[in-house]
Amino acid sequence: MFEFLENLGKTTRSSFAKLGRSTFFLGHTLMGIGDVLPRPSLLTKQLYSVGVLSFLIITISGLFVGMVLGLQGFYTLSDFGAEESLGVMVAASLVRELGPVVSALLFAGRAGSALTAEIGLMKATEQLSGMEMMAVDPIKRIITPRFLAGFISTPLLATLFSAIGVVGGHMVGVGLLGVDDGAFWAQMQSSIDFQEDIINGVIKSIVFGFVVSWIALFEGYDTIPTAEGVSRATTRTVVNSAFSVLGLDFILTALMFGDI
Amino acid sequence: MHNSKTQDTFVGLFVASGIAALFYMAMQVSNLGSYTSGDSYTIIAQFQNSGGLKVKSPVSVAGVRIGRVSSIRLDKESHESIVEMQIDSQYNNLPDDSGASIYTAGLLGEQYISIDPGPGISGEFLKDNSKIDNVSSAIILEEMIGKFLMNKAEGK
Repeated sequence: MFEFLENLGKTTRSSFAKLGRSTFFLGHTLMGIGDVLPRPSLLTKQLYSVGVLSFLIITISGLFVGMVLGLQGFYTLSDFGAEESLGVMVAASLVRELGPVVSALLFAGRAGSALTAEIGLMKATEQLSGMEMMAVDPIKRIITPRFLAGFISTPLLATLFSAIGVVGGHMVGVGLLGVDDGAFWAQMQSSIDFQEDIINGVIKSIVFGFVVSWIALFEGYDTIPTAEGVSRATTRTVVNSAFSVLGLDFILTALMFGDI
Repeated sequence: MHNSKTQDTFVGLFVASGIAALFYMAMQVSNLGSYTSGDSYTIIAQFQNSGGLKVKSPVSVAGVRIGRVSSIRLDKESHESIVEMQIDSQYNNLPDDSGASIYTAGLLGEQYISIDPGPGISGEFLKDNSKIDNVSSAIILEEMIGKFLMNKAEGK
């Protein structure tokens, strides 16, 4: 019994300590932005490895998600004779939910895990301590450019995901299943609002990008510097990112689209 | 490993394609493409019942959309619904004796306002903040079914 209480207290204390460390870490990272912006080459390099290399997985997944939505939506809607609303269904679900959420999950798996492993390994091989020895702040030099790159890439990737998904839905709906082309676009345009839907979707993906990059970099920076520690940190990145993205998505949806 | 110039090019392409995607969504997917230049004037109509009309519902003449509903509120004295519509200023020659009715697109579709241009006896046109007097309210399906059933019951 006492052991249980002791463990509970220990877990609580350590999770609060971790929360505190991660907050300080975030503050330190954000303070480095001023030092990174005058050196854009640091940022482009990270934008390349975080954003450009995620381009392919995002576009291909977007295309297939859109095609599946078109197919499933068509069979459900045709029961009610409402095939023409396929465009609205595909676009609304992509722009509001699937675009930001799925691209953030893919981003966490593709780029977040890589970031954690990279930073974790830098710590394990004492490259970060080495930098500190040379009076180079490793957070400003290593972490901030990666954070900014993640933060900039996710909204771009999410928008691409949604746009390509709509094209995929159009390919299946209009090309294969014979929904009327004009009705597909017209109904979509009359129901999707630029500010309500598209801008809110972009805001969602900005929040997700912020959180996923933060988790990935912090887990890497906070890792136990052993092979096992790095592997655990990488797993935690993917798991925690998924939880945070899905949980935040519910809250954001409730704030944006619900009348709570 | 790529050298930094090709990397720059790829990053540039990536950012440009992201912005292009946003632009594509704005124009093709959302209603931003159908917004007009923004010059418009307001006309007002008072309905007994505005039914399922919503802000942003279309306003049309002869099936052509000329504007949208900008606000719906209740008149406290008459307990009727006051609907304000924004009409594109290129359609500034609606006769002032035009009528407004609320119709439903299809049996269960969304409701919209249709303006029937009047004969224009006075030669005046609807201006900013003009009021349309000749109105017919929304058809409420439940009310019609109720009336129909009552008539049936009385007839027997």
